Parts: sequence; structure tokens; C-alpha cells
Amino acid sequence: MSWEVRIQTGDFDLSHEIAQLRSGQFQVGAVCAFVGTVRDRNSGDQVATLELEHYPGMTEKSIEQMMHDAHNRFDIISSKVIHRVGVLNPSDQIVLVAVTSAHRGESFQACEFLMDYLKTQAPFWKKESGPQGSHWVDARISDDQAMAKWGIVSQNALPNELN
Amino acid sequence: MKVNVRFFSSLREQLGFSVYVHETGSETVSQLRSELMGLNPLFAEVLAHGKAIRMALNQEVCQDTALLSEGCEIAFFPPVTGG
Repeated sequence: MSWEVRIQTGDFDLSHEIAQLRSGQFQVGAVCAFVGTVRDRNSGDQVATLELEHYPGMTEKSIEQMMHDAHNRFDIISSKVIHRVGVLNPSDQIVLVAVTSAHRGESFQACEFLMDYLKTQAPFWKKESGPQGSHWVDARISDDQAMAKWGIVSQNALPNELN
Repeated sequence: MKVNVRFFSSLREQLGFSVYVHETGSETVSQLRSELMGLNPLFAEVLAHGKAIRMALNQEVCQDTALLSEGCEIAFFPPVTGG
């Protein structure tokens, strides 16, 4: 059981990351990877650049906690999360979640679980800029709803205080 | 006691700074928020009650009843939008 979290400004290479993730792991029979990329439109607005801010220290801790949960919940062998920060352009890669397991079911599930978790719990914030100006992206209720299928209550997108 | 307060995203932008070291008499995160709001109109506006503000104590999401300690780090930020 192993995991790795990296927050970086630079790009990543999917083939290289997967090769590294399963290197020497002869029990691996399945690798599932999700790559999130920057769209050129969001909610009808044209997006020229996307700027990602995060909370150094808390980001890594929160993702490590998610990976710990994923390893407890699913029979997976190794996992890796890479999240980029800084200024990105349309079509750039933002995030990689990759998971290995003996059989496909567990890595498919764990990959989706980690992505759902990351969307609603990891301290990242996106700011979009385009012809209409700049604005901070709103959290989506649908991302909280995605957490419900894992039996986890998420209220990240609630438009008011939680307490 | 002295505490380190951090702000992120739109809150940081509205305030114009990201870190605020504060000598506080507050015991909880909630009290600290009210104390900061009493310092000046900018804090009062940015940290106004009823807004979607999330809080963390020592880099873990916390309730507003969480207890402060000497040198602790408190963060205020809007809902997260990563991934």
C-alpha cells in the first residue's frame, strides 16, 4: 500500500506517472487514471486563463487523508494525486488521480471516490479570466451530491455558513 | 495569545493581504472572527456572518467552536473549487 501527493506548477506526463506508480508491483492487474483538463467555456463564459490557488500544507494533508480513506475503503495497491496550481490555459492538464489494484472494479471505484472527495474537500480555488473579466468559480451542489453515493455528507457548496 | 490568521481566494483578494498576526483575547474561532470584524470595516465586510465562509484550525477544517491556542493557525476561505 503506497500513495503519493504532489502539488506543482508544472505539467505532468501520464505515461511516466503510471509507469512509476506500478513499477515493481507485480500484483497489479488494473490501473485507473483520471485527468482533469481546462475547458475553454464554463457556464457559458469564455475562459482564457484559469488560476488555481491552494493552501500549502493543508492541501497535502487533506489529500493524504482522502487517500488513507480510499485505501481503507477499497482493495487498492497504490494511488497518486497530482494537482497543478498557478495560471493554466484551456486544454492544459489540471489534475491526475491514478489508482492500481489487482482487479478493475476497485481501482475504478477508488479513482472516482478520490476525485469526488478532492472536488469538495481539498483547499483549492479557481479563478477564471476571459473577455467578460475575472471571477472566482462557485462551488457546485452537484459535487456535494456526488459524495452522497459514498455515504459522505458534504456541504461545501452551501451558500451560507455551516455552523 | 498570539495567533496567525490566514485568508485565501476571494477573502484574501478583498482584504489585500493573506496573513494577519493577531494578539487575541478570544477563546474560539467564532469569537476570533467577531473580534476581527470589530477591528475595522474591511474585516467586518469580508468576514460578515451569513456568508459562505469555511474555517480551518491548524490546517484542518473546524467548527466555529474550535478552541484557539498560542501560536495556532486559523484560516478563513470560501467553498473549495479544485479538481
